[in-house]
Amino acid sequence: MTLYLQLFWEFFKTGLFAIGGGMATLPFLYDISDKTGWFTHTQLADMIAVSESTPGPIGVNMATYVGFLTGGIGGALVATLGLITPSVIVILIVAAFLKAFRDSKYVAGAFYGLRPASTALITAALVSVARVTFFVGGFLPESITVNWKAIVLAAVLLVLTRWTPKVKNWHPIVFIAFSALVGAVFRFAGA
Amino acid sequence: MIKILWEIFITFAKVGVMTFGGGMAMLPMLQREIVENKGWATEEEMADYYAIGQCTPGIIAVNTATFVGNKQKGTLGGIAATLGVVAPSLIIITLLAGIIEYFSALMWVKNAFAGIRVCVCVLIFNSVLKLGKKSVIDRWTLGIFVLVLALSLALDCSPVVFVLIAMLCGLVVRVLLVKDGETK
Repeated sequence: MTLYLQLFWEFFKTGLFAIGGGMATLPFLYDISDKTGWFTHTQLADMIAVSESTPGPIGVNMATYVGFLTGGIGGALVATLGLITPSVIVILIVAAFLKAFRDSKYVAGAFYGLRPASTALITAALVSVARVTFFVGGFLPESITVNWKAIVLAAVLLVLTRWTPKVKNWHPIVFIAFSALVGAVFRFAGA
Repeated sequence: MIKILWEIFITFAKVGVMTFGGGMAMLPMLQREIVENKGWATEEEMADYYAIGQCTPGIIAVNTATFVGNKQKGTLGGIAATLGVVAPSLIIITLLAGIIEYFSALMWVKNAFAGIRVCVCVLIFNSVLKLGKKSVIDRWTLGIFVLVLALSLALDCSPVVFVLIAMLCGLVVRVLLVKDGETK
């Protein structure tokens, strides 16, 4: 019971403070991981992959996944409800004052400051994912080795998703499937 | 009453199933289902909901669903739409999570996920660039970006703190320091 309450509360906070869509929930998930130890950073990276390649909003998928890992089906339900509750409340209020909200210079000012901060937090989350992806090894700096295969794949993917006409508009699931295949064939985990 | 709520729920569940890759990918689905098929909102209303959904707390998809449901049938409509949009995720992910936990001990699955993680990095990198173009627009926003990035990498504290401080900075800059029309 305590676990369910804790799950609900953690995801309620995530839903309340993550602004700008699914990826914005990432920094909060890292925070939850550090604080509670419910899941590791590596598991979180896998969750992002699963969430990106299954139907539904990424944020909801991640909440469901984390909830399930932590507390089974009940946990999945509680985490998702926690995540969406602040949205529903805030939007119902905003809907009542739609016009005033849109024209307020205070709201505009707050979002002007919030957007770059949100981008920065996602960038920091990216650094965390990159750390477990491109470096293998223990806790001592000298025992860490670079996963060169991963770096080559990243370079290829960057070219495909950014600078290759037509290909760059393909659905992310194509690139995820391609990477899974490359990873399995070239044994990425053991590098 | 129940019938309409059910219709709202099912319509948004359909949108949820067809959305891959988050809120941004949902817009075309919403336009087809809500604006063209159901006529529950106009094109302009949908654009407004979407813009506000992006800058209010929470998942964009959930925010937009609540807006449309609320317009259609009040608070209950908003709740029905939201539950509809998350229902497919709940079912699909719960099924998958069980399987993934079971398979994740296998070596080839570990290798595949190590490959997928590389892709995830690149995808997040791309969304960061896209977001950066819209959010880091002058020296003030650049300053906030650099500061929050450095602090969040260096310090072990909740993102909530950064979000609140950044909103305060934005208010100070826009409302007190910058006069109308100026961005520099």
